[in-house]
This record gives sequence, structure tokens and C-alpha cells, in this order.
Amino acid sequence: MAEIRQTFFQECEEQLSEMELGLLAMDEGNADSETVNAVFRAVHSIKGGAGAFKLTELVQFAHSFETALDHVRSGKLTPTPEMMKIMLRAADVLSDLVEASRDGREINEANYAGIAADVKALTTVDGVEEVEEPIDFQPTVIDFGMPELAIEPAPTASDEHEYRINFAPRPELYANANETILIFRELNRLGAMQATCDASAVPALDEIDPNGAYFSWAVQLKSDVEIAAVREVFEFVDGEADLTIETDGQAEVSDADIAALLAQALGTSPPADEANASPAIAETISVEAEPEPVAATSEAVAEEPVAPVQAVESSKPDTKAAAIPTQTTIRVEFDRVDRLINLVGELVINQAMLSQRVIEANFAGSSSVVIGLEELEQLTREIQESVMAIRAQPVKPLFQRMSRMVREVADATGKEVKLKTEGEATEVDKTVVERLAEPLTHMIRNAVDHGIESPEVRLAAGKPAEGTVRLTAAHRSGRIVIELSDDGAGINRPKVRASAINKGLIPADMQLSDSDIDNLLFLPGFSTAATISSISGRGVGMDVVKRSIQALGGRISISSRPGLGSTFSMSLPLTLAVLDGMAVSVAGQTLVVPLTAIVETLKPKKSEVHGLGSDGRVMSIRDTFVPLIDVGTQLGFRETPTQPENSVALLVETGGGARNALLVDSIQDQRQVVIKSLEANYGTVAGIAAATILGDGRVALILDVDALVSKSFEETLVGELHYGTGG
Amino acid sequence: MQNNDLTANSANNEFVAFRVGAQEFCVDIMGVREIRGWTPATPLPHAPSYVRGVINLRGAVLPIVDLGLRFGLGPTEPTPRSVIIVVHIHQQVVGLLVDAVSDILTSSEASMQPTPDIASDMAKTFVKGVYAVDSRMISIVTLDSVLPISAKAAA
Repeated sequence: MAEIRQTFFQECEEQLSEMELGLLAMDEGNADSETVNAVFRAVHSIKGGAGAFKLTELVQFAHSFETALDHVRSGKLTPTPEMMKIMLRAADVLSDLVEASRDGREINEANYAGIAADVKALTTVDGVEEVEEPIDFQPTVIDFGMPELAIEPAPTASDEHEYRINFAPRPELYANANETILIFRELNRLGAMQATCDASAVPALDEIDPNGAYFSWAVQLKSDVEIAAVREVFEFVDGEADLTIETDGQAEVSDADIAALLAQALGTSPPADEANASPAIAETISVEAEPEPVAATSEAVAEEPVAPVQAVESSKPDTKAAAIPTQTTIRVEFDRVDRLINLVGELVINQAMLSQRVIEANFAGSSSVVIGLEELEQLTREIQESVMAIRAQPVKPLFQRMSRMVREVADATGKEVKLKTEGEATEVDKTVVERLAEPLTHMIRNAVDHGIESPEVRLAAGKPAEGTVRLTAAHRSGRIVIELSDDGAGINRPKVRASAINKGLIPADMQLSDSDIDNLLFLPGFSTAATISSISGRGVGMDVVKRSIQALGGRISISSRPGLGSTFSMSLPLTLAVLDGMAVSVAGQTLVVPLTAIVETLKPKKSEVHGLGSDGRVMSIRDTFVPLIDVGTQLGFRETPTQPENSVALLVETGGGARNALLVDSIQDQRQVVIKSLEANYGTVAGIAAATILGDGRVALILDVDALVSKSFEETLVGELHYGTGG
Repeated sequence: MQNNDLTANSANNEFVAFRVGAQEFCVDIMGVREIRGWTPATPLPHAPSYVRGVINLRGAVLPIVDLGLRFGLGPTEPTPRSVIIVVHIHQQVVGLLVDAVSDILTSSEASMQPTPDIASDMAKTFVKGVYAVDSRMISIVTLDSVLPISAKAAA
């Protein structure tokens, strides 16, 4: 039971995210009927599962939410912005309730009573609350096809037909992995329906054939669709069930008629749809893995494009429909994936060692050993990429959480803010996604609390009352770039400067460029809020954000235009496990420079290197001068700077866009290296990002280009020396 | 899981005894993960002189501390007999470069003598107490402050 329960909550998460996605689409006015249906289904599935686990509060709240959604679905309610606000907040409450139920926490009804009342009020017409249909959730283990009696009050349109359908599945129907519940759901979509299950054919328990089919249903359907559309619903169970459809006093339709009409219906729907529509294997997996009717059903709903009605709908040019995943998935514990990834990491190192041995053994380039090894190398790389892809996750769930954050902070500060997201499908390593949540949350809070102005101020400035926070993700040259921008007031530079001086962070007479001032935000101990608010002032500042991003091997930069808003841009590695690097030699040591940082490599001529100041050097590259950094002396590997003409210069670009030339002795090669933590057993080392293990089994250090070239490096150096003499 | 704290209650503790220069030391065997031969280490920039660098211990990066330099007894010249004692210090794994491992001692806590009161910072920082074994003096080492402060703070 505990396992089933866990599955239920896992699926709840999926349903919740589906729901939120749909609600956001509705909020933006992109609500077609399929979106509303998807939201309704999600809430409904949660309610159903919760009923099975006797989570009363959850069921009750989900029920009133569902009722409201049902009214939207049936067109009795037209979504207004106010209503969508209530709906979105109801969604938040629902996910809180799911979470509380999952953790077995006490649920305090007072916390959401207001919203529950608001939701109820949506379905209250003229002060009279509609009589709610009784909640009926009796999950049954025998049959997935127990009718779900979603009963809707019938809209009385003039062209409405009344259908009476007798539906008696034969065993083949179930054997072919069809599910009656899906058929009922489709019927329900056509109009108001009422189904009665006839269980009289069920034999005594000892006579039951587990593969048999004993139930039949009598369905009354009120709908304005033609009979062909009703029959279309049964298209996939043609010949697998006894079916009669009567309508408005019409004579009973003969089987031959049905066959003809079915053929016609099939003709209109392309075969590809049919193939899609009966994912027999996929469903078998989900059923086998989760032998629990409610859970299995909800899974099926999430995955299947079952009936032609839906298939036709989703073939419309519509981005929402594309969001319904059609791929099958399995759930795997992350521990197992991580173990696999570690093993592959070892494999990569081992393969590199083997390659080195083969080179040392001087085999001819055409020998079978060398050729076999090359194949191994390629395979290793492919295995590694595939394994990494397992860990890759879209940023969508992360972004969705942020939209809730925006709503909450906007409510708390009395501002009107809308979150717009782009590139949610961008995939990045799971760890990166997880560890991004906290800094991103903090930045979102900041953007809404400090960035966006109050509606009055905005209107006075000629902007719309509602502020926009934009969150985007994109892949750019082997990294993921996440940008958070707001259309608020921008950074108040005089205030930031004054505040930094007040706090003694900078000398009063210091000359600072605009971007220098913006970067003051990242200094530890900096906060511009006059009073520490409960929203942004939680003891974490932008310095913590910056450190979290840096700990992920990322960089953060800021740009701001007064009156127009600010943009925070984060560039992060796609994975924390491997890195494409250039191996270089410096003072007898092998160092790895991340390839993403390198713009080009140059062989400096003596005439191109110029002294600047007491010991500074710059290099001219096509008439621009860039600082020349001697990696050997910078890292303390040697005392005297090396001669540029005997060295190689790597032109590197930092996260902030600054260019520097790194002077190294020679370039060995380009290779993919497995990143090993230095922090685990030692600590951070200034100028070094991490370590890796070379083909000969020795450890090589990976340079942290940003830290190496940053101006504060000298101070860090002093700090290190200070520590070194202590203890 | 490790037990560097020699004031632990168990009656009899086992210790790995080793030699650094002319002096003998020991650490609780429970904190020792393995003992291995010397392999050249990759130097770390800006590290204190007693941090020899890092080596590859089956895929993990292991810092090597030269105990001779750390204790102020002069550098340990790596020879074929030099060994690295791999120990747990809190959550970290660290290799200690010593001249030789000499013995496994079994000793009760009661026979531990307090560190003789001498004006040595090294003794105050690293020596928990001493044992008398066959007219030799073996100092019990506490490893808490073997790594530089900056490294510990970052960990």
C-alpha cells in the first residue's frame, strides 16, 4: 500500500504540473477546450486518488475546484482575470494540500478557507449554491472500466439529441488493452452523460474468469453532435463489444449500419492516428508497473491520445496539445543513475589510460589494436553522452515553481506582476536544476520586491500597471544560459553607491563605472532595502546567489537600465560531471583549461607583448590590448615570468565578457575530462575550479578562468597565504 | 565512524604507530582507511608547503599532507619506504606522508600520559598524549588541525 501511495503522490506531482501549465495558458487567454479538459482531468485524477487514500480535506477541496473547472469546461463560466487569479491560487492550495498529505502533516483548514470559499463562490449562481452531486469514488481492483460518473447538468440547446447507448464489452476488448473508462471519458466530452453499470452478469467468485468481461453499461447521452461522432468514440472497440446506439426515437441502428458508419469514420481519420491511439505496449507497462486502478488510470490519461476526437483536436496547430507527452517513461531511482554515471566516469578514465599505454607501446597507426581502441573510444563517448542524457531534465518544473513564487510575492507586496517564461524545454543536468532553485527563488523575490514598482508608480511612469518578469532558458555554446529580467525601475545606482559607502564596503571617493556599481549588489553584506522585508530580507543576499551559481561552475552578470528594468544573466554548465578541456603544460604541470572559455590560441611575438606598470604585461591582438596573465607565476608554480616568445597564449573570455590572454608553456591536446571535486577532501583553491584524473592516473587541475583573471585574485592570494601560516 | 578522539571510552584501543624523522607517533586505527606507497603528487597552487599536493586514490582526489613539515620537523624526503597513511578527518579523507609505519599498538586509555608541558606549539596543537612503549615515547596525534584552516572552512 505504501508503494501505491508513493506512486499516487508521484503522479500527483505530474498532475499538478500539468494543471498549472494549463491554468497558466488559460490565464494568458490561450484556453482551448483541450487545455481546460487537461486541467479538469488533472484535478479530477488527484481527487480520485485522494479518495482512495481517504484524504478527506484534499478530496473536498479538489472537488470544489473541479466543480468550478467543470463549469468553465461546459461554458457556464467564462474565465475572467479575477477568476483566473482565484483558480491559480486554488492550484497553489491544492499542491500544498497534496504536499501536506504526502508528508502526513496536519492540515489546517483555516489556512485555505478563504480560497476554498472563493472557489465555491465561482460556482454559486445568484447566491444559490448549486446542489453538488455526491462524490463517488470507489476504486475497484477488478476492472479499470468502472464508470466514472461525471454528471453534468444538461445545457438545453435546441439541436440537442438524446442517445441511449448499450455497451457490453467482450473479453477481447480488455485483451487488446482498451479501457472502457477512456471511452466513457470521451463520451462525457460530447455532452452530458449518465451511465449505469449493469453488473448482473458477474458470476460467483469461484466462477470468475479473470480475463472475462462481465459488465455492461447503459448510457444516456445528451449532446448536440451527430450520431456518427458518438459512434466514433467506439471506433477502437469495433467488434470487441456489443453496441447499440438509439437516438431521439430513431429505430435501433443495425450492426451493418454501424459497420458502414465506422468504416466511414475510420476513413476520415488517418492510419497514423490509429497507430498512435492504441499504444498497447505502453499501457501494458504502466498497468503492470502500477497495479492500482486509480493510479493506472491517471497515468493512462497523461500518456494516451486515445480517441479520435482528441486526436483530431490535437492535430490543430496548437502548442498546448504538443505539451501532452506521448513518450513512455519508467521511474528509476537517482541513486542507480548516479552509480551508473560514476562507473562511466571511471570507464572514461580507464579508456584514456589504455589509450596512453597503447601510444607508449608504439603500435602502428593502422594496427588492429589502434583501430579497436578508436572504436572503444567512440563507444565510450557515446555511452557517456547517453548516460548524461538520463540525468538531463527540462527546466520546466523549476520555472513553474517560480510562477507560484511570483504570485505570492506580488500578493504580499501589493504589486501586479506576471511571469513570462521561455525555453522551458531546455534540458540541463538534474543537479544543476535542483541547485538552481534556491538562487533563482531569491532572485525572483528580489525582482518582484525591489525591481517591479507598485502599480501607481508604474502608471505614473507611463508603464502598464502590471509588471512583467521574464525568465528564459536557452542552450548557448555548450552551456545553458538563464536570464531573469524585469521591466521595473532598474538599479538605483546612486542609492546602491551610497549604501555601499555607508556600509564601508567601498571608499567614499572610489571611482566606479555603472557596471561596477551594479556589481556592488554581489558584495557580501549588501542590502538596499530600507527595512528588511519578510520577502527579500531573509538573511541571504545576492552574494549568496553569486556563490551558489559559481559553485555550479556558472557565472552571473547583471545589466540594468534606469527606468527600464534589470537583467540577470546566468551561464551554467550543462553537466557537472564532464568537461571539454584543453590540456596545457605549465612549469612541468598539466593543467586543463575549459574549452568554453577559450576564444583562440596564439603564438605571441616578442614585439606584441608590452610592459604596463611595474610588472603588468599586455598583449596586442589585432591592435587591441588585452592583459597577459602568466599562469605559472599566477598559480605560484614558478617565480620568474616566462618569456612570451617561448610560450603559447590562450585568449580567454570571462563570464562578464572581458578578454585576457593566458600564457602557458605549450598545448598538449583537447580532451574530455571527468570532473573530480577538490572540495570533498581538501577545500577550494583560488584559481582552480576542480581536478581531473589523467590517462597516466595522475591528478591534473582544472583552471577557473574567471577567478584567475579577476582583479580580486591578488587579495584572495594574500588571504590564502595568511591562512597558510596560521593553524 | 572514525575515532580520532583518543579520550573515547573503550578500554583498549589499537593504534597505528609511524615514524616522522626521529620521532614516533600514532593514530587510532579506527580512523585509518588504508596504508599505501608514495606516488608523486600534483602540487596545488597557493597551498601551504606541508600540503604536498593531490593524488588519485581510485578516482577520488586525495590531498597529501607532509607530516614532517606539518609538525615542524623538516620535510619528509619520499623514499621507497615512505608511506601514505590514508585517514578520515571528519568528513574528509586525507593522506599523511610519513617516513615509515612501525607498529600496531594495543593500549588502554589508562596508560596514556598527558602531553609533557613543553613550550612547543606543535605539541600543543597536535599531541593528545603520550604512551611509553619499550622505553620509547610514542605521541598520540590528533588530526583535527592537520589541513589548513582555509581548506577546512571551505569544506
